[in-house]
Amino acid sequence: MSNPVYTPDISVRGFAGGISSPNPFWLASAPPTNCGEQIMRAFDAGWGGAVWKTIGAPVTNVSSRYSSIDWMGQRMMGFNNIELISDRPIETNLLEITEVKKRYPKHAVIASLMVESTREAWHDIVARSEDAGADGLELNFGCPHGMSERGMGSAVGQVPEYAQMITEWVKEKARTPVLVKLTPNVSDIRTVARAAKRGGADGLSAINTINSITGIDLDTLIPRPNVDGRSSHGGYCGPAVKPIALNMVQQVMSDAESALPMSGIGGIGTWGDAAEFILLGCGTVQVCTAAMHYGYRIVEDMADGLQNWMRGKGFRTLEDFRGLSVNRVTEWKHLNLNYKIVAHIDEQKCIGCDLCHIACWDGAHQCIHLDRVSGPVDGHVEVHAIPASFETASRESIAVTPVTRRERVVDAAAHGPYPTPLARIPRVDETECVGCNLCSCVCPVQDCITMVEVSTGLPAETWDERTGGATCATEPQII
Amino acid sequence: MSSTFTEDPEIRKRFAELHPPLTAQAAVVESNRCLHCFDAPCMVVCPTHIDVPGFIKRIASGNLRGSARKILEANILAGSCSRVCPVEVLCEGACVMHRYDRPPIQIAQLQRHAMDEFHRSKEPLLPEAPQERDLKVVCIGSGPASLACAAELRRHGAQVKVIERRALPGGLNTYGVAEYKLPTAESLREVELIRQMGVEFKQNTVIATAADLERLQSDFDFIFLGVGLGAMQRLNIPGEDAHSFQRANQTSGVLNALELIAAYKTGHIKILHGSVVIIGAGNTAIDAAVAARRLGASIVTMLYRRGETDVSAFDFEYAHARHEGIRFAWYRAPVAIRTSEDDRLLLETIGVRANGDLLEEIEGSEETILCDTVIPAIGQSPLTELLSNFGRVTIDGGRIVIDRATGQTTNPLIFAGGDCTNGGREVVDAVADGKRAALGILAAAEEKSEAAIV
Repeated sequence: MSNPVYTPDISVRGFAGGISSPNPFWLASAPPTNCGEQIMRAFDAGWGGAVWKTIGAPVTNVSSRYSSIDWMGQRMMGFNNIELISDRPIETNLLEITEVKKRYPKHAVIASLMVESTREAWHDIVARSEDAGADGLELNFGCPHGMSERGMGSAVGQVPEYAQMITEWVKEKARTPVLVKLTPNVSDIRTVARAAKRGGADGLSAINTINSITGIDLDTLIPRPNVDGRSSHGGYCGPAVKPIALNMVQQVMSDAESALPMSGIGGIGTWGDAAEFILLGCGTVQVCTAAMHYGYRIVEDMADGLQNWMRGKGFRTLEDFRGLSVNRVTEWKHLNLNYKIVAHIDEQKCIGCDLCHIACWDGAHQCIHLDRVSGPVDGHVEVHAIPASFETASRESIAVTPVTRRERVVDAAAHGPYPTPLARIPRVDETECVGCNLCSCVCPVQDCITMVEVSTGLPAETWDERTGGATCATEPQII
Repeated sequence: MSSTFTEDPEIRKRFAELHPPLTAQAAVVESNRCLHCFDAPCMVVCPTHIDVPGFIKRIASGNLRGSARKILEANILAGSCSRVCPVEVLCEGACVMHRYDRPPIQIAQLQRHAMDEFHRSKEPLLPEAPQERDLKVVCIGSGPASLACAAELRRHGAQVKVIERRALPGGLNTYGVAEYKLPTAESLREVELIRQMGVEFKQNTVIATAADLERLQSDFDFIFLGVGLGAMQRLNIPGEDAHSFQRANQTSGVLNALELIAAYKTGHIKILHGSVVIIGAGNTAIDAAVAARRLGASIVTMLYRRGETDVSAFDFEYAHARHEGIRFAWYRAPVAIRTSEDDRLLLETIGVRANGDLLEEIEGSEETILCDTVIPAIGQSPLTELLSNFGRVTIDGGRIVIDRATGQTTNPLIFAGGDCTNGGREVVDAVADGKRAALGILAAAEEKSEAAIV
């Protein structure tokens, strides 16, 4: 029976004590939210909210400002910027906030703020932003370049005491919800999250960009981005940072002293990315790099895809699944040591690239063999043919072009029962397989290598249980 | 090289490349599609076992010089192979992408990209001169087998001389491959690379008699025979010789496929007109048919004594012929050639039917085709007479008998490879043969010197 047809409700209501938006997809404070004209076009395209490009102390920007990590011919796997906060006059930004809110009353417009670290400066900008009509405030304690050298941005976000103090100043004045945007450039993101919570923040946004040098031009030897022969460390973002962001969000959301309504940020470009952040407790998500890469239009699939996934899972609202995965992350010592899976290769799907074979031999546990024709040999590693022996045999073989029709027919017939010749379909030695997953990670074919659970006949047992909670044996002993 | 070659602009225009090269960006994108298979099937099926994933990953990483050297290590004629190899039945045919519902990696195009870059760099093939060794080898013939043998021997420090009967070196690569696949200039560029390694070339020199061979045997430690095959087979029908193609008036007549290809590639024939009939349906027949079209013939018909499913040319070649507008007359054989009233040719033909392996003429199926040029393309004949002069070298069925792994003939001092040993295969097969023979010669030389010490 198919799932009942309904339209899942993806609206956000009362996030962080009072921010609502038609959907959880917000544009992060960045170039896509530089001015009112852009934000209104973004709302027309389907975005639920926008965090205005940070308003505050006057700046001048440099050119160039961006550089990209391209990977395997794909552009912008990772992205880096050295752009500062808004270089437009504060008054212009505030006027445009008023205009946008007038035309789009149901969308969330959040003012991102960064001013010098005085109570007066913060009180002033909070009041003016709220007067302009902002639905909430996001304190930019995360900008990792330029502003931090002037005692703002991550210079605040890296010192819990400063973060708490400024949050307190803002809360003295603010009437709308206050979000604190966290920098990942700290040893433990929870220290700053806790400070923000102590300071009275209503919510958090995480993560800001990560300190980075994207690369060096090997012709000029100048790191990127190149500003007249020199570069500066920038903020790293894009798909490459998502795993780091997910970890930090999970750390905050699983810590009682840190947890607050969370707006997830970091490498989000699809509905699936968004769902993962929501599963770790986020109430909204923020997107920048993907919108810079492809334009505002990407939100259409994000909304549509999220709803279709929710329908498939039977979720009716975002709250139905928000946070469901937080407690599925635990400390390693609480994992079941008696759970065993082994690799299984689907012979019908295998294309014979044999990447699993070489990966297992060189990068894992030497238990995927090319011995389906020669006959399986089970036993110690030394009794198996090593990978290099296959390559040597191939190089020494005499191959000729099948020039006649008959030769080509004979070639085609020399096959086995599967689409791939049997000799090229690897075999997993299940008794040796440790279930590490590497082969299924390298296999280019979907669902060709699956990890199958095998019973060990043993009850679940964790390291913690096995050792009675003793500390790790490798912990350095202080003499 | 003593002989120089100038490309004819008219021929260049008419024989535009069938597969234009990839742009640098497209090459990177394409190279990134490669899965980098372990013990890759493309490498296994390549007669020269080029490390395909190895050179493709070097393109992806931007290490183009490394890529080219990786390729040349395995196949000295990688540039021409990238253009003429029937990759559909070799590397690209073996690509696992076929089982992945994706088009195979464009291995030939990527290889060409790396080779073009290498030629542009003007780097010598050997970064430093090889350490000379006391070993003199002469290669007879300068086609792919000899070139590969010579280059491999030179890499190992041997003194190598290549002897060629024609004016230009390169054998069929220079004279016999369709210009839209491999321009003559490209073939000569590869030869030049080998010459720069220190291989000596001597053209316009015929080795035909036992005395010639004896002289070489006294001057050199080993001989490599890369003499290829002989002239194209004749139709053996009345009127064939009487109507042989007159280059003087360049209008009509009988001219075999290899003669046609060599003539247009060297600028001696620039135009064909009217109706052209090709006899045969092999790969060379198709090269000739397409050439006739491009040289201006309005109707080109391939006459074949069997049916469409028997065409011996590769499927992609047959498809290409169709694409170029070649017509086909199946189950038909030539009988005689006469002159028409208006001084054109009348090709008399008869319908045939297959009866097992035999063909029977069908009574009453005679047809006469009015045409201007008849091009026999029914395969090359072996150099039986020449080979019979080479003492103590066993010939079987027109082929020199060799040990496949070493290229050694029944005369331990004479090695052989290429078409004269395999009856006619691809460039890449000849290169593989030549390379194996070079290693065979080196091993034999080693053995000889060890024996001398003992």
